[in-house]
Amino acid sequence: MIPAAFDYIRAGSIAEAIDLLQRDPDGSKLVAGGHTLIPTLKLRLASPALLVDIRGIAEMKGIAVNEDSIRIGALTTHAELLASEPLHKALPIFRQAANLIADPQVRNRGTIGGSLANADSAADWPAVVIALKAELEIASATGSRRVAARDFFVDIFSTTLGPSEVLAAIHIPCPAAGTRFTYRKIRHPASGYAVVGIAAAVRINAGVAANLSIGITGAASHAFPGDIAAEFLAGKPLSQGNIEEAARLQSAATECLSDRYASAEYRASLLGTETRRALLALAA
Amino acid sequence: MNAPVLPYIGQPLKRREDFRFLTGKGRYVDDIRLPGMLHMAIARSPHAHAIIKNVDLSAAKAAPGVRLALSGRDLEGRIGPIVPNWVIPGTKVPFRPVVAIDRVRFVGECVALVVAETQAHAYDAVGLIDVDYEVLPVVVDEEAAIAADAPQLHDSVPGNITTIYKVRGGDYAVAAREADQVLKLRVVNNRLIPTCMETRSVVASPDPDGTLTVYMPSQVPHMHRRWIAETVGIPEHLLRVVAPDIGGGFGAKMHLYPEELLCPHLARELGAPVKWWESRSESHQSTSHGRAHTENIEVAIKNDGTILGLKVETLGNVGAYLSNMASGGPTVNTVNFGTGTYKIANYEATSRVVVTNTVPVDAYRGYGRPEGAYIAERAIDAVARHLNLDQIEIRRKNFIQRADFPYRPYGSMGLMYDSGNYQGLLDKALAAFNYEARRNEREALRRDGIYRGIGVAAYTHVCGMAPSRRLALIGFDRGGWESARVAIDSSGRATVYSGSMSQGHGHVTSLSQIAADVLQIPIESIDVVQGDTRQVQAGHGTFNSRSMAVGGSSLHVCSQRIVAKAKKIAAGMLEVDEKDVAYAAGQFSVPGTDIAPLSFGKVARMAYVGHKLPDGVAPGLDETVFYDPTGMSAPSGVHLAYVEVDPETGIVDIIDYVAVDDVGTLINPLLAAGQIHGGVVQGIAQALYEEVSYDPDSGQLLTGSLLDYAVPRAEHVPNITSLFQETPSPTNPIGVKGIGESGSIAAPPCMVHAVLDALSPFGINHLDMPLTPPRIWAAVQSARNGASR
Repeated sequence: MIPAAFDYIRAGSIAEAIDLLQRDPDGSKLVAGGHTLIPTLKLRLASPALLVDIRGIAEMKGIAVNEDSIRIGALTTHAELLASEPLHKALPIFRQAANLIADPQVRNRGTIGGSLANADSAADWPAVVIALKAELEIASATGSRRVAARDFFVDIFSTTLGPSEVLAAIHIPCPAAGTRFTYRKIRHPASGYAVVGIAAAVRINAGVAANLSIGITGAASHAFPGDIAAEFLAGKPLSQGNIEEAARLQSAATECLSDRYASAEYRASLLGTETRRALLALAA
Repeated sequence: MNAPVLPYIGQPLKRREDFRFLTGKGRYVDDIRLPGMLHMAIARSPHAHAIIKNVDLSAAKAAPGVRLALSGRDLEGRIGPIVPNWVIPGTKVPFRPVVAIDRVRFVGECVALVVAETQAHAYDAVGLIDVDYEVLPVVVDEEAAIAADAPQLHDSVPGNITTIYKVRGGDYAVAAREADQVLKLRVVNNRLIPTCMETRSVVASPDPDGTLTVYMPSQVPHMHRRWIAETVGIPEHLLRVVAPDIGGGFGAKMHLYPEELLCPHLARELGAPVKWWESRSESHQSTSHGRAHTENIEVAIKNDGTILGLKVETLGNVGAYLSNMASGGPTVNTVNFGTGTYKIANYEATSRVVVTNTVPVDAYRGYGRPEGAYIAERAIDAVARHLNLDQIEIRRKNFIQRADFPYRPYGSMGLMYDSGNYQGLLDKALAAFNYEARRNEREALRRDGIYRGIGVAAYTHVCGMAPSRRLALIGFDRGGWESARVAIDSSGRATVYSGSMSQGHGHVTSLSQIAADVLQIPIESIDVVQGDTRQVQAGHGTFNSRSMAVGGSSLHVCSQRIVAKAKKIAAGMLEVDEKDVAYAAGQFSVPGTDIAPLSFGKVARMAYVGHKLPDGVAPGLDETVFYDPTGMSAPSGVHLAYVEVDPETGIVDIIDYVAVDDVGTLINPLLAAGQIHGGVVQGIAQALYEEVSYDPDSGQLLTGSLLDYAVPRAEHVPNITSLFQETPSPTNPIGVKGIGESGSIAAPPCMVHAVLDALSPFGINHLDMPLTPPRIWAAVQSARNGASR
């Protein structure tokens, strides 16, 4: 199919994009990489009157690795996140995760901001930004606010982002020296999305887990922090037994999604298995 | 002219067409844009089964840019109906209008259409069509459809069964009595979507001279010309079908679909070119699906693994109507091959062709032969598992032996395997696979809780359906022949006009190799023309692995005629007797004399100048051959797979895959390996990932897009080792056998056996395809729960 007719404006700034959104919040849509929106328009599941193209907004681009935090513009593509050497040095999880997203064509156009704002229950970046304790910078007509990544995702395709707000950037605190990261994912054979994806970061201090942080995607209606496993392991040695118990507790406490491809029981089992494997990899 | 590098047959030449494709110069139907071209869009049924009470086109007709909006009622009696081309004797053929008139029977069936000035206008207007439906009960599953209380699709098809087909050889009842045991199993051959990179597309253009040109990605251009002519009511000589480059066919682009009839009809009505292009989601619900069988199998066995008899009951789901070849697939193409590579004297099979409220099912790479091989292979594997016999040895024991060829399975009068050497295939495969070492490794790793499995599958089938008179016996309304024309120009270059039709096969290369060897000229001096019924004299196209064995043989014979005539002309020019003339490497010479040789080019020039032609030799060097084979070739193969299954996630990692195939004489080993690779990938996908799914209550297609329907990608595919054994076919002058479908026939049982072998420590004996991770995980869970109880 092809989309129904719509108007199209390229916004030059965040302020202009917000101004355009405010005129007709229900009839307007932001487009960046377009990897979710364009197929939706083609299938005529959505027919917005106006597309506001934000790809030209300079202030939403770029990766800046500063002394105590890292800023990633929302328009940064998966390919740019994969390629960036400074980012890779600071947070190697980005390259690891970007490599598991779709394929090179998608990675060349799709953006991290689009992935987060779209909030697909099985997208990869939500788990990563939760595990990294990121803050999301959200611009609106009245100014800018920051929301913790763990509080951003509300439900399937639903976030705390308001109808006339723009996700501008992701801010990540620089990790303490010696922090280890991992991202694991069981890919859906058709979509490539995560049936279950686990992002985790930990510093091991004399064999004991410090600052363990886990983000989980795919398992439930939205990405969420693996607090149950993290809290169980806080201050404990990352032994095989402790890890297995943490993973089991997290799996048991999670209400998993069920769909035609995978049952809730299967997802819960994967969640346990993959959490265990992620943590064992970090402990190794 | 360079000297030819002979022989060309056997050389792994890179494809001559690749430069064009790799530099973006391919030209597909969707690239065609003609002045004044209009666009058609289709309104499709959202219901799987419903009465059409009213179709309101008024809003669509009034929409901007719209030239025409029509319902099925408007078209009734003007075009159609769509009739199948293969009708097994005794089949009840349901009436199928081009556009549904009063009832719809699957989600996606055409109910109305719009022609507008732009594609956007056409889609917008389709959205304004208002159809009033009365929804009826639905049946999507072949087993459910034959139940006494099942919803009925067609008054003319009582019980939803269009065809009952039986095969018998020996006496199964006696075999069952004499057997130590009778093993029963039920296997499902999952429904698939033949996903082509290029979806279907049609442009129909009325030309000023009265001709209607139809551009479409057709595997069978001349047959499409006949079918469109007969169904739309256009004299065949005024119809030209052009198939430009094609982005994959796999069987789906050889049937007759509504859009291919509507565009020609509407182009004539409106006096303007009309184009239709199929989106991916439309393709999933309108282009034919494949497979969709349930088989109940009984094997009569001795406890030493000897198979005395086999009994098969097949239910083939063909969707809502009988598509082009649909009654032939679950019948002749499937159950005739149910005994596979094994000597099973007592065989009894019944196939029922069943209609359901789903997209019509038709040919998909292998068509019936994958289903047949799956019956034989799953049966013998189950016997080995049941009797705790070695998977390899049980095959060796039951194989048709080399000395048995030509072999008629179960004493069949109609079916013959021309040649083969299955032991040789097996030995070569085991060696390449490093079987003994792998077996030991598998045992060792199992002790560490690592579950690896080895799968094996053997197959044979016959392809290149022929001769023509035989096709009449099975109700197949076409011939088994192929045509070739070789036209030599006055410089000695050859243009080959072939009725075969490449859809990515590389025919420009392989057909050139065949012609070059006979013509003894450089391959660079040969051009190949296909896919235009105005240029190519006649043909049947490409399907059923027939292009090299039938199309290639036709070209071989035609090229021989060229050489024979050129020799006569050369003799005249050299003023010697024809029998004294030798021809090799593009030179006519008179051995044992000092007469200077004559080049092929000079002889060609003389053929057209005509000054020195011998008496009785007409000018020109241009021959056409219609070649009807006397028999069919029987390719065969043994494939082995090595997998590791993670019981915690259900994920299957394919560690190795070895394919040893016997396709007779290899024309181009590189292209041959490519055919095996492609087929194996599709077979692996059927075994592990692909499955069309319908909601049983509503009949809605649940795998409507490539987000849900898993076609194989690079990440799903292992390194594939493709090796060959060459047992030339005695049925054609080249000795070649069909190859196109081999991989997709062998890979599904091979993969299933490998996974079952890996899961054998859990006591899992059976799983139906696709073996997705959730399905494997669930089987392991239930085996573990069962064991703990």
